[in-house]
Amino acid sequence: MKRPITTILLLASVSTMAACSREAPEELPPPPVDTVPTPTPTAAPPTQSTGPSIGSQEHFQAAVGGSTVIYFDTDRFNIDSADAAALQAQAQYFARYPQLTFTVEGHADERGTREYNLALGERRANSAKNYLVSLGVSADRIRTVSYGKERPVALASNEGAWAQNRRAASVMIN
Amino acid sequence: MKRIAILISTVAAWVTAPVWAQGQDLSEPVGEGGEVEAVAVEGEEEDAGPLRGTVTDESDWQDLGIAIPAFATQRDQATPANAQGTGALGREIARVITANLQNNGLFKPTGPDRLPQPSFAQVRAPSWGSWSGRGAEMLVQGFANARSDGRLVVGCYLYDVALQDELIREGWVVRPADWRRAAHKCSDLIYARLTGEDPFFDSRIAYIAETGPKDKRVKRLAVMDSDGANHRFLTLGSATALTPRYSPDYSKILYLSYVDGNPRIYVYDIGRGTQTLVTENSNPTLAPRWSPDGRHILYSMAVAGNTDIYRVPVTGGRSVRLTSAPGIDIGGSYSPDGSRIVFESDRSGSQQCYVMDADGSNQRRITFFGGRCATPEWSPRGDQIAFTRIAGDFNVAVMTPAGRNLRVLTNGWQDEAPTWAPNGRIIQFFRTTRNSGRSALWQVDLTGRNERRLPTPVDASDPAWGPIRP
Repeated sequence: MKRPITTILLLASVSTMAACSREAPEELPPPPVDTVPTPTPTAAPPTQSTGPSIGSQEHFQAAVGGSTVIYFDTDRFNIDSADAAALQAQAQYFARYPQLTFTVEGHADERGTREYNLALGERRANSAKNYLVSLGVSADRIRTVSYGKERPVALASNEGAWAQNRRAASVMIN
Repeated sequence: MKRIAILISTVAAWVTAPVWAQGQDLSEPVGEGGEVEAVAVEGEEEDAGPLRGTVTDESDWQDLGIAIPAFATQRDQATPANAQGTGALGREIARVITANLQNNGLFKPTGPDRLPQPSFAQVRAPSWGSWSGRGAEMLVQGFANARSDGRLVVGCYLYDVALQDELIREGWVVRPADWRRAAHKCSDLIYARLTGEDPFFDSRIAYIAETGPKDKRVKRLAVMDSDGANHRFLTLGSATALTPRYSPDYSKILYLSYVDGNPRIYVYDIGRGTQTLVTENSNPTLAPRWSPDGRHILYSMAVAGNTDIYRVPVTGGRSVRLTSAPGIDIGGSYSPDGSRIVFESDRSGSQQCYVMDADGSNQRRITFFGGRCATPEWSPRGDQIAFTRIAGDFNVAVMTPAGRNLRVLTNGWQDEAPTWAPNGRIIQFFRTTRNSGRSALWQVDLTGRNERRLPTPVDASDPAWGPIRP
């Protein structure tokens, strides 16, 4: 799966952009406030023998076999069997590390209007949260936020890209 | 519910703003211009009111040739409005009027750069022969003088060349910084007199300025005049800003900001440069709207994934929940008399438009044609509702408040979020380009024939057209 690599590249470019923007704030303001934890320069890359630390996004990602994100059908927010399997893996991780808290980010594809998609992303984030709670994860460990169609991960305007963008992503809170 | 005030320095420019001010993502406050004071200006006949002549041919006003020579000045004087003085300012005013009338596809004006310049004396006594010889049917003349207190007096005269008569005249006193408003007032005077429609040029637009790549878009709150001039960024861009709405008196802007990490509606005070949460609540708030009298705010709030529409007094206080159907009820736009609200809901399984009474009673679906109905906006005239029609692509469409007479006005790939001109004759919206995700503001008139892109310094979305300024 290509998704972990994409995510890391994405995070890296976010921090690069933030660095640039400090030099020329008038031309290029800093990017939107991001709840995704920015990897610190000291964070060990996943290839290192010591491995990522507990509670880091990389550790979470490795432990759940890449199942940090679940995907939805167009204009839907129900949990299908693939989503259920991914959320079960996540729930096991959170049961093993009860001190960890995390955010479920709800997203929509670009084929909906902006305001409706914000509400739809909220529904998707809550669907994932409710399912995790039903698996025993305490609700007060789970924050939800919707980004609507404002933060796509796949940038083309086609069915494949839209399918990747209709998602709920679990992100560790450091 | 209490409202919390977030105090922001009212004087510091953002580059020197304290860290805690930048932490709210707010730019320096923008003063909202001074008053425009109407004054009597002298016409051809002393002590007589303006002659109310008849336009030579009312039916063909769109093809009228209108000559707009440079406005004259009684004495060329220095003014902060123009480095070259009031004479050069008069030419600029005529250019702004020409662009206004031309860009909206309403008339075929000829501007000051292709016309002789009348003297100050000729403003009130046109040399008819030279204008009829040029084929001009209508003539706009005027003057721009600097008063001893530094303010500008701008006079505007509309003449029917064939009748050799004055149709209307008006004058305004403005601060030098507001000289464009005098040009817009003159444009409005001409437009209203020749078409019989209400004015719209002297108005402002709030919107979202967008920069950066599709997956890391920076979205800032911005404002500009109806012709794109006097552009200002109101937020810095460190937090995503979306969906602004000007208050009816232009003193505030409602908008959504992620400044605390969550989507929440803020009431931004333009003069003070401060903002408050629309309601103190841990739930996300979305889709803000004003009541026509500016005394209430509609917002949508998601509670455990279920979104409903609420109303709260602008002064704060208890929110009233207006919808309770399972699903997403969002947005809402008041009828001009404030008695009804059109909103969107997916309670039937897909986004459709509904109307309810202002207290939330009597909710009924009005759209039953193919496709979905989103972001409905009631026309200021009350007779039409504009909305985003989703049928594969997104298009801007209009219908009656009963959901009849559907007319699709645009055919872009993704045309979204219509907003009405103050007179209900023109609709603005934003158009997104496939793949690149780049967006721009466009406008279309109710015939669907006159469509044009509005120039903005960077990409743009979510336009919100404010009312005519007093």
